[in-house]
Amino acid sequence: MESLTNKKKVLEVKPLNFLERAYLPAIASGLATTMKHFFKKPVTISYPEEKREFSENFRGMHSLKRDENGKERCTACGLCALSCPAEAITMTAAERQPGEENLYREEKYAAVYEINMLRCIFCGLCEEACPKEAIYLDGDIVPADYLRKDFIYGKDKLVEAPLNQ
Amino acid sequence: MGLADILIKFGLILIIFVISLVMAMYSTYAERKVAAFFQDRIGPNRAGPWGILQPLADGGKMFLKEEIIPTNATPFLFIVGPSLAILTACIGSAVIPWGQTMLIGGYPVDLQVTDINVGVLYIFGVVSLGVYGVMIGGWASNNKYSLLGAIRAASQNISYEISMGLSIIALLMLTGTLSLREIAEQQHSWHWNVLRQPIGFILFIVCAFAETNRTPFDLPECETELVGGYHTEYSSMKLGFYLFAEYINMFISSAVMATLYWGGYNYPGMDWVAAHTGPALGPLIGVGIFFIKIILFIFFFMWVRWTIPRFRYDQLMDLGWKILIPLAIANIVLTGVGSTLLTHFGY
Repeated sequence: MESLTNKKKVLEVKPLNFLERAYLPAIASGLATTMKHFFKKPVTISYPEEKREFSENFRGMHSLKRDENGKERCTACGLCALSCPAEAITMTAAERQPGEENLYREEKYAAVYEINMLRCIFCGLCEEACPKEAIYLDGDIVPADYLRKDFIYGKDKLVEAPLNQ
Repeated sequence: MGLADILIKFGLILIIFVISLVMAMYSTYAERKVAAFFQDRIGPNRAGPWGILQPLADGGKMFLKEEIIPTNATPFLFIVGPSLAILTACIGSAVIPWGQTMLIGGYPVDLQVTDINVGVLYIFGVVSLGVYGVMIGGWASNNKYSLLGAIRAASQNISYEISMGLSIIALLMLTGTLSLREIAEQQHSWHWNVLRQPIGFILFIVCAFAETNRTPFDLPECETELVGGYHTEYSSMKLGFYLFAEYINMFISSAVMATLYWGGYNYPGMDWVAAHTGPALGPLIGVGIFFIKIILFIFFFMWVRWTIPRFRYDQLMDLGWKILIPLAIANIVLTGVGSTLLTHFGY
């Protein structure tokens, strides 16, 4: 039957010649190949001590941002939670009391803001949805832990350090 | 033999025993490091500087693991297996000449535990006993994978011992002695046997790989087919003994190869060195050279392990019976004809 594509390539299997059957030259060339690797620089990075550089658009752990005066940007609008395909974000809103103007930028803020890092898929939709530029996935890799409850990160772990520190 | 001689012998036995254990320990470390370098990795580097305490950590782990004897196993033989493996691995070193006789303050110190006149045969006997450890252990485990591994080990060792013995016969025709000391002395300076017996050496080293169950002949413990092979059911230090025995065997067979074919403690220019360093230090340098040769052989074992894939079992048998044995016989004929002709024409 004529082949449909003309891409068929007929391979001829030649019988091995004496040197190939003797096997020793093949072993020698194999040994030479492995010896070349012996002197190659290892590609390993000793992870906890040295870290490979992340790419510019790497998405790691979330951080809740502050503005230039050190006030929290988040207004607990809930758009991030709404946009989250993994439903990892929950929050409780609260009203800013008099005297707290230097802590929160607007009248409403998130009293509780929790991200379940086991649910999060690091897609970055929350930072896209945020109208206040309050959340960014610009952190490191989320560290390992032993208990599921320890993967629910609250504001203590998410909010950026205050400016005066 | 006076008391001093006996003490010296005991000291020598102790030193050799400790050296072979340390060599085996650090062979495991070297194996992991060498494997890593061949695969562009770094290898163990956490325990101590460059990971040199890794063997101690491994040994400690082995001792602390739970010791399991399966319900269906034969308890006595199950323990005898690894004991026999490590015992036969350790006694092989008794006839190896580690260096020339030293003179310490005019007192001769022989750097060989015993110079029996059937040294080569002794080595062969010990090596063939070694397979009993594997066989008994595999059989006593009462596990089909262990049994298959043990059977493989037995038939592989028997097949390759034949060609190993035949390759040695050609060497013995030239040396005219079975004593390892005399064989080593005959290779003074650069008169190494490998120059007279290149084919014999290649046959011998291939068989040595098979006898020590190293890749490409590691079918008794081939994990892709047999889980763990003969030591599937073993845990704790009993497993450690099996693994340890393999490395001691590697060390001993490297030493035997170096003695029989690569001149042992002899090296070019040894007379000049001996004349300039004295009768105590000169032989010690020879011992150092001998150990360098041994370490190079061990490295070669590892190098081959990370180069050549494992044989299929029928290929292994083909190689042993259809290629190595005829080659070894041809080598004997060639050696006989060659040495007769050379004597005839007066060399």
